[in-house]
Amino acid sequence: MSDDLLPLAEVYARYEPVLGLEVHVELNTASKMFCSCATEFGAEPNSQTCPVCLGLPGSLPVVNAKAVESAIRIGLALNCEIASWCRFARKNYFYPDMTKDWQTSQYDEPICFNGYLDVEVEGEVFRVPVERAHMEEDAGKLLHLGGATGRIQGADYSLVDYNRAGVPLIEIVTKPVFGTGPKAPQVARAYVSALRDIVRALGVSDVRMEQGSLRCDANVSLMPIGATELGLRTETKNVNSLRSIERALSYEIQRQGAILADGGKVKQETRHWHEEGYTSPGRSKETAEDYRYFPEPDIPPIAPSREWVEELRATLPEAPAARRRRLQSEWGFTDAEFRDIIGADALDLIADTVALGCTPAAAKKWWLGELARRANDAGLELDALAITPAQVAELQSLVAAGTINDTLARQVIEGVLSGEGSPGEVVATRSLAIVSDDGALLEAVQAAIAANPDAAASIKAGRQQAIGALIGAVMRTMQGKADASKVRSLIMESLS
Amino acid sequence: MANELIFLDAAALAAQIAAGDISSREATQAYLEQIASVDNNVHAYLAVDGERALAQAERVDAKRAAGEALSPLAGVPLALKDIFCYEGLPCTCGSRILEGWRPPYHATVVQRLLQADLVILGKVNMDEFAMGSSTETSGYGNTHNPWDLERIPGGSSGGSAAALASFQAALSLGTDTGGSIRQPAAVNGLVGVKPTYGSNSRYGVVAMASSLDVPGPFGRTVLDAALLHQAISGHDPRDSTSIDAPVPPVVAAAKSGDVQGLKLGVVKELGGDGYEPGVTAQFEHALQVLQAAGAQIVEVSCPHFKYALGAYYLIMPSEVSSNLARFDAMRYGIRVGDDGRHSAEEVMRLTRQAGFGDEAKRRIIIGTYALSAGYYDAYYGSAQKVRTLIQQDFVKAFAQVDVLVSPTTPSTAWKLGERVDDPLAMYKADLCTIPSNLAGNCSGSFPAGLSPDNGLPVGFQVMAPPMADDRLYQVGAALEAGMGSTLSQLVGSEAWEALYV
Amino acid sequence: MADMALSVAEVAKLADLARIELSDEELARLAPQLDLILQSVAEVSEVAGADVAPTSHAVPMENVFREDVVRPSQSVAAALSGAPVAEDGRFRVPQILGEE
Repeated sequence: MSDDLLPLAEVYARYEPVLGLEVHVELNTASKMFCSCATEFGAEPNSQTCPVCLGLPGSLPVVNAKAVESAIRIGLALNCEIASWCRFARKNYFYPDMTKDWQTSQYDEPICFNGYLDVEVEGEVFRVPVERAHMEEDAGKLLHLGGATGRIQGADYSLVDYNRAGVPLIEIVTKPVFGTGPKAPQVARAYVSALRDIVRALGVSDVRMEQGSLRCDANVSLMPIGATELGLRTETKNVNSLRSIERALSYEIQRQGAILADGGKVKQETRHWHEEGYTSPGRSKETAEDYRYFPEPDIPPIAPSREWVEELRATLPEAPAARRRRLQSEWGFTDAEFRDIIGADALDLIADTVALGCTPAAAKKWWLGELARRANDAGLELDALAITPAQVAELQSLVAAGTINDTLARQVIEGVLSGEGSPGEVVATRSLAIVSDDGALLEAVQAAIAANPDAAASIKAGRQQAIGALIGAVMRTMQGKADASKVRSLIMESLS
Repeated sequence: MANELIFLDAAALAAQIAAGDISSREATQAYLEQIASVDNNVHAYLAVDGERALAQAERVDAKRAAGEALSPLAGVPLALKDIFCYEGLPCTCGSRILEGWRPPYHATVVQRLLQADLVILGKVNMDEFAMGSSTETSGYGNTHNPWDLERIPGGSSGGSAAALASFQAALSLGTDTGGSIRQPAAVNGLVGVKPTYGSNSRYGVVAMASSLDVPGPFGRTVLDAALLHQAISGHDPRDSTSIDAPVPPVVAAAKSGDVQGLKLGVVKELGGDGYEPGVTAQFEHALQVLQAAGAQIVEVSCPHFKYALGAYYLIMPSEVSSNLARFDAMRYGIRVGDDGRHSAEEVMRLTRQAGFGDEAKRRIIIGTYALSAGYYDAYYGSAQKVRTLIQQDFVKAFAQVDVLVSPTTPSTAWKLGERVDDPLAMYKADLCTIPSNLAGNCSGSFPAGLSPDNGLPVGFQVMAPPMADDRLYQVGAALEAGMGSTLSQLVGSEAWEALYV
Repeated sequence: MADMALSVAEVAKLADLARIELSDEELARLAPQLDLILQSVAEVSEVAGADVAPTSHAVPMENVFREDVVRPSQSVAAALSGAPVAEDGRFRVPQILGEE
């Protein structure tokens, strides 16, 4: 990697970035798009296949009604129009992970079109126009073997598992997004984040970027400020987290900026994002792919009745923006506090924790404090941490009941994250509960006084600050499992 | 010499099996013997499964002995075009690229045959992936017409027709995309019906052109074909294009054959120049027979039929180019060039070069062209519009008449090799049959005697509106009653003796 | 549609798109045949006016769906039964020169 990069400030002073985002959402239907095979993640290779999803000669597709319903609900939540009549189309191209060597997709007749999504970045609202959302099917999974890297380049051969082949996907494509200026990478991130929230709220997908149930391809081009003609764009693939979206776009914007500033021409191409912080070009083909789309003859057209569309509209959950306003006022957080929550991507986690009985303040304290720190250390998204809102709520109830204190709670979190069970179980197995037996405490207090006669004398003489040493000694004896205020009062009683 | 059992038509054989006069095992054995006697000359079969056939036959005999009710064709031996998935036997589709592939599932129509207790003798030859009119594009050698072994059996269901005409099966199943049942039926003196598109399931039938393909029956008599039609038809939830409606009363129509007052429209555009005089003569003779039976004959014009061949040779190859993409050497079939040096893409290329014959290559390339960016509208798009116009021609015509009629194909069986290097001449064999595939309505070919020119069979085509398949059998039965059997003229003839040489 | 002739070079390009290797001999044989076929169907593009709707499905039908219900898949052995080469319960394919 040795791309020249133009500093962001210089890029934005001269160029206007134009975004385009393609998001694939894998639906969580029980069965596949066109056959009755299960869609479970992680099953034995090729155990969830049949003649249809293996593309065997003679097999035919039958559309999953739930997938159509999910597509329409996604479209409605993105303020789209729903086609009154549309068809599937065959996208023809050869690749070993495609069982029929065409992908059953939609072409010029998407089921949802012409919508938008409003997203907020630092208090400013941007309207991202949605061109379309259409239905298609996923491909199989390749495993590259031989060679040194396990990557496709240099592999000796590949193995294919078709369990994922035919799992329903919804592809959501934006129109070119103008007017974001220097906030382009953040707008992109906010868009994908908001889209993820909406889809999750609809309950139609797990939307886990790290598992690939939400995938994003980020397009960007630059045009000189004041120009009207779009520049040549690049499409960056393999962007597998919200943070990567922002980073990859910043990188591409700087890379393209350097090329243009140098009088060069950006090459329209597909690029790959590397977590190390750069993009690299994909293998360039001599000729552009010609997908030879045509209407899928094996599937009759889809004509959702207006009654059905309205029925589905009635099932939509509260829009994320409205929900945010409601939660902020219910929880009583300031704008700044609430922005921190959004910025940390912790809204759903806190909402779920509060719903389980935790106070908003405590939920925020854990998620944005200790847990955010640990996620950051582990290089994980907050919601990828191995702790659930229910466990956080349980943790806080243990603190509130005086079973543990905040210091012990951090040890409990450590136990939960390393798979030792629920907070209650961790407290039990690690014996972390605060000792409430006065006898044992009193014994420790007497021992501490005996071991620190100077400190005891100082306290008796009225120098209260000396009590710290005695409390510390008691806590060490009790291995932290004592309530400090109780220790203090026992010491004072003993010395009076 | 041949066991007399094989000369019983399917309906009669089934009746005698049901009555206990003949066992299905005996009948199956007789057909296996006939295959052993004549198929070295006809070369209809690609695979014979005698053991399983006899086991199926014995089950029918046991059911009968136990007093169980039998379905109308129980115990009748049949041949399957090698395009139907039948678990346990290879399915080649006449292509080298699928050599050795054994489908792990049954086609819906095969399942229905098995449920109805028919006996499956084996799989028969066809043009490669059903692309041809002579069965010469098969990767497994030529099939010969029993009326003259030097001649083509028609195609693409040439094996189905030749097996039935040489009495190597009592019934056979084919598929029709542009005439692949009707044309071979015509040139072998058989009944062959292309049912309404969507009325017979395509699940498990290897696709050639998805919007045109339909499985259908061959019979030596009109009633036999109707009984088989009835056995395989009906809605299938595994085929999204399957029509969810009752099967038209085809058996009743075949039994009645009453055409009194029925209006027949002779399609002006399907006849005249380019048709063999003997074909035209027999067609006109058939019209007289039907008129004598009480039918009214009028002339009808279908002005867009002349564009049908052109539209077909754009739509069909387009779908072919996509349907045949899956034969890429990755999951099944042969693999060429996998020596550790060639990439997956190169292996795909080499396999498809070695595995596909010329006709498959021609159609894939034409289809790739017709769908490619910049040409779609002019080719594929225009052809789909012509399809609309042809459908409208049919609608207008059926507002005036009950059925349309024409010769099935412009010529009788030609000599093997004659048109192999002239694709356009080959394509013209489907001139009369293609419009019904484009429009999706039903159509059948019925024997109309022998051509006075050369003594070879001529077919009479009847076309009816979608889901009015019973009208085909109604007219076919009237014709059969008036003209007598064409096929019976083969038995005992010089050509017949030649089968046994 | 003045010039619809298919040249040898175009046929080679189409065969490439269709993943069919063609020898020079095959190209020389097939290209003129393909050209003739295309010329013979060319008139189709001049028949229908802009007002004619194209037909993609012979029988008019809409909204053919199935319920989202899981049915048993086939066995892994059945899935792999046709595989030219299988390894570790997966289909083994030659090296792929492409992007992911």
